Amino acid sequence: MISDQLPALVIVIPMLAAPLCVLVRKPIVCWAIALVANFLVVLSAWALFEKVREDGVIRYALGGWAAPTGIEYYVDMMNATMLLLVSFISCVTLVYAYKSVSKTVLTSKHYLFYAAWMLCLTGLLGISITGDAFNVFVFLEISSLSMYMLIAFGTDRRALTASFRYLIMGSIGASFILIGIGFLYAATGALNMVDLAQRIPDAESQRAVLVAFSFLTIGLMIKSAVFPLHGWLANAYQHSPIAVTAFLAGTATKVSLYVLLRFFFSIFGPDYSFGAMLLNVVLLPAAVAGFVLLSLVAIFQSDLRRMLAYSSVAQIGYIIAAFCLASQSGLTAGIVHIINHGIIKTALFMSVGCILYKVGHTHSHSLDNLMQKMPLTVTAFILSGLGLIGVPLTVGFVSKFSLISAAMERGWWMVGALVLLSSLFAIVYIGRVVEIMLFRKSRTETPAPVGRSEAPLMMLVPMYVLIGISIWFGVSGSTTLSVAADAAAALLGGYQ
Amino acid sequence: MNPLWTLVPPLLVIPFIIFFGERHRNLREASIIIAGLALLAINDRIYSAVINGEVVESGSLSILANFSLRLSAEPMGVMFGLLASFLWVVTTVYSIGYMRGHNEQNQTRFYVCFALAIACVMAAAYADNLLTLFVAYEAITLSTFPLVTHAGNDASRKAGRLYLLLLMCGSIGLFLPAIIWIATAAGTLDFRAGGILADAGLSKTSLTILLALCVFGVGKAAVMPMHRWLPAAMVAPTPVSALLHAVAVVKTGVFTILKLITYTFGIDLVSTTGASDYVLPVVAFTVIASSLIAFTKDNLKARLAYSTISQLSYIVMAALLATTMSVMGGALHIVMHAFGKITLFFCAGAIMVSLHKKNISELDGMGKRMPITMACFFIGALGIIGLPPASGMWSKLLIAGGSLESGNAIWIGVLMLSTLLNIAYLLPIPLRAFFKPAAQPQPEGWSEAPVPSLWAIAVTATCCVLLFLFPHPLMNLLGLIEWR
Repeated sequence: MISDQLPALVIVIPMLAAPLCVLVRKPIVCWAIALVANFLVVLSAWALFEKVREDGVIRYALGGWAAPTGIEYYVDMMNATMLLLVSFISCVTLVYAYKSVSKTVLTSKHYLFYAAWMLCLTGLLGISITGDAFNVFVFLEISSLSMYMLIAFGTDRRALTASFRYLIMGSIGASFILIGIGFLYAATGALNMVDLAQRIPDAESQRAVLVAFSFLTIGLMIKSAVFPLHGWLANAYQHSPIAVTAFLAGTATKVSLYVLLRFFFSIFGPDYSFGAMLLNVVLLPAAVAGFVLLSLVAIFQSDLRRMLAYSSVAQIGYIIAAFCLASQSGLTAGIVHIINHGIIKTALFMSVGCILYKVGHTHSHSLDNLMQKMPLTVTAFILSGLGLIGVPLTVGFVSKFSLISAAMERGWWMVGALVLLSSLFAIVYIGRVVEIMLFRKSRTETPAPVGRSEAPLMMLVPMYVLIGISIWFGVSGSTTLSVAADAAAALLGGYQ
Repeated sequence: MNPLWTLVPPLLVIPFIIFFGERHRNLREASIIIAGLALLAINDRIYSAVINGEVVESGSLSILANFSLRLSAEPMGVMFGLLASFLWVVTTVYSIGYMRGHNEQNQTRFYVCFALAIACVMAAAYADNLLTLFVAYEAITLSTFPLVTHAGNDASRKAGRLYLLLLMCGSIGLFLPAIIWIATAAGTLDFRAGGILADAGLSKTSLTILLALCVFGVGKAAVMPMHRWLPAAMVAPTPVSALLHAVAVVKTGVFTILKLITYTFGIDLVSTTGASDYVLPVVAFTVIASSLIAFTKDNLKARLAYSTISQLSYIVMAALLATTMSVMGGALHIVMHAFGKITLFFCAGAIMVSLHKKNISELDGMGKRMPITMACFFIGALGIIGLPPASGMWSKLLIAGGSLESGNAIWIGVLMLSTLLNIAYLLPIPLRAFFKPAAQPQPEGWSEAPVPSLWAIAVTATCCVLLFLFPHPLMNLLGLIEWR
């Protein structure tokens, strides 16, 4: 039965699409291959999601080799959600990418671009689905290497330094993760996550486990760009091709956050991570400082992409703060924000991409009266910007409401108050740009002729698809909240 | 009758407004008036249903696990809905004269945002729980923002920034935490007779802080120090100042506070625990201080704006006194003040369009050139002051009675002092216009406001008098409020 092989298909399809692109080389065909492959992955991920939702956890032995010898894929509500989110955002962004890539990337290199994209997707999905700690590292490297390549496709030379900087930071992070996994293997003799989770309680007293825990913490903080280890993110987001930024913003850091969840909750268990190891003491200040300071920093950015990049780091802070609560409601809030933020940030970067496509730059100071020229794009920016602020009836409100009530449940008033404070900063940085786009008269001597000049439909439609979904999730927040609650329960329940 | 119907006319008319646009201005404005009349009819149906004791409610839409969006009609909401829909029609008639006479740009955007704001006001009026009210409250802020920055020049953008910042900071920084606190403490956000916090076991200190978060967080009620946005927002076109910043937006603020006191805190809880002891003096200070500031303003709209701040604080004060009589007085004052103040704003706009004058000192002798406008201004001023034969008297009487009932007569003193101040800063305006000779010789004959605007002014001024003579329909409606 093909439905039994779904966990493998999710990985195999994009992995095969990549070399196929390299063989074909014709840009539009490569794009079509990637898109079809991605669409199939979305379908498989959807089927998998429904199946897990109905029948519970799926354990899949890759190649028929049972767990300790072979690699096992372990799918519960948590990673089924991640698979669906990542593949869907990738698919929508891929539709969007075609126009902007044709404009900015040399035609002779398109096939490499789409191949790298497919490899990156393979890596991200692999990290999400695998039940083997070492396999996480392998897929992490696949996704990272292809990501460095995708970033380097940026038009600007600064893309190369951004990519290189990310390469250094990313490699350090990945090595730390590898060292951590190595120590865990030394201490327990297991790489399979389920086995690890069983054996760690007996090995807890060993110094090797302690060291592994520390290396993993730092490594994952780098990969998921938790303040103050977010240095690589702003440049990477600003200088890579905009479609790549949209893709990364919605998926890459989110998947790293997932790994963090998996290690701290499923493998080490919340009692160990947040109880014995006092992870709160490290993560919570970093998270809170992250969302307050970087929301503040975002206010002073003149480049839209950089502003949104800093805002992303701030949003990661919310998610980490929610994780630190280590309770059912806290995790639910964190996971729901992973979904919600993935969707709105991708939509925001898409709207910025439309501006870049038509205007040629993203300096907020010279986007006067853009509403006249690109009403649909600006409307999209406003709608998703409201989501970022957390205005009621948008996804941001659902996330923030659940986060703050979870924090209050735990008695962390200060955290709730600071979340609100940083939302006020969000009003300023989004409002500032919207005001320029809507109301400022052009200051140039000879104002450019005001006429409609919208981005192509192939960019607008995917953007509005995401915005439609975000509105749906905002108005009926229970849809995502129930999924997130199931995922949180799966994490807190440990391996079955 | 489903209260959701009230959202239909203002939302449905938006595509028509955009479709007709600048090319068919008459059709555009006719469609708004038709929508306004339809809305008024729907509100009237709801009014008679509520008077007859029928339950008027909509289905619910769950947006967070335990909390949902839901509309239902209760007496204060029906009154507010009727008021806003009636004045929407009148203001649209007025706008036709004003916007054309003043050659405003972007009129289509103006009417679209206006209709959107009205839809949000309807949602606020019929909100069945605090979450719905909060959603509508935020939507009003956002939909009126383009109206404040309408002119697009530096001054209006600055005002818009202040508007958004103060209102959003208040609502997200103070009001939202209060809502989440209430939700955590009471487990529900529904509006229920007698309130939901009575059994939540909050101490007096907690209740005081919670109340303060609500009163200051609801920035639209413009209690000092959250009042700065209101004078700043006067850069908007006059119809906006008239309907939104004297009626719909600011009244949503005080309406929210009235609902909170009646259905969330419960008047018994507030009066027995004395949770409002520390907030009331601030509100009383706002009443007096803004009346004094109004004195110093020579710009007519600025003076009216500060007068509005003072009158809004009457209502907040009435709510915080938390007796049945004072809360009824506060609710009634929403209507009574609305008719008085909208008349005054209409007159201010009319003077600006026909005489191009913005300052009070330039109005000497203008009664001869705009006799109808100035006469209506006089009636509106009487309404604000609360002198017969104008409507404001009833509500002030009730609030004064309520403060006696609460056992603290000092608030009557505040009320009376501010009434004297009202007389001193409002009545000289028409008096100077009629009796003081103009500085320069004036052209003979009338130069009245455009005809549609004049009609609107006459209607609201007449209503001021009619509400003095026949306050019963409203009194009967408010008598239906379930207090416990």
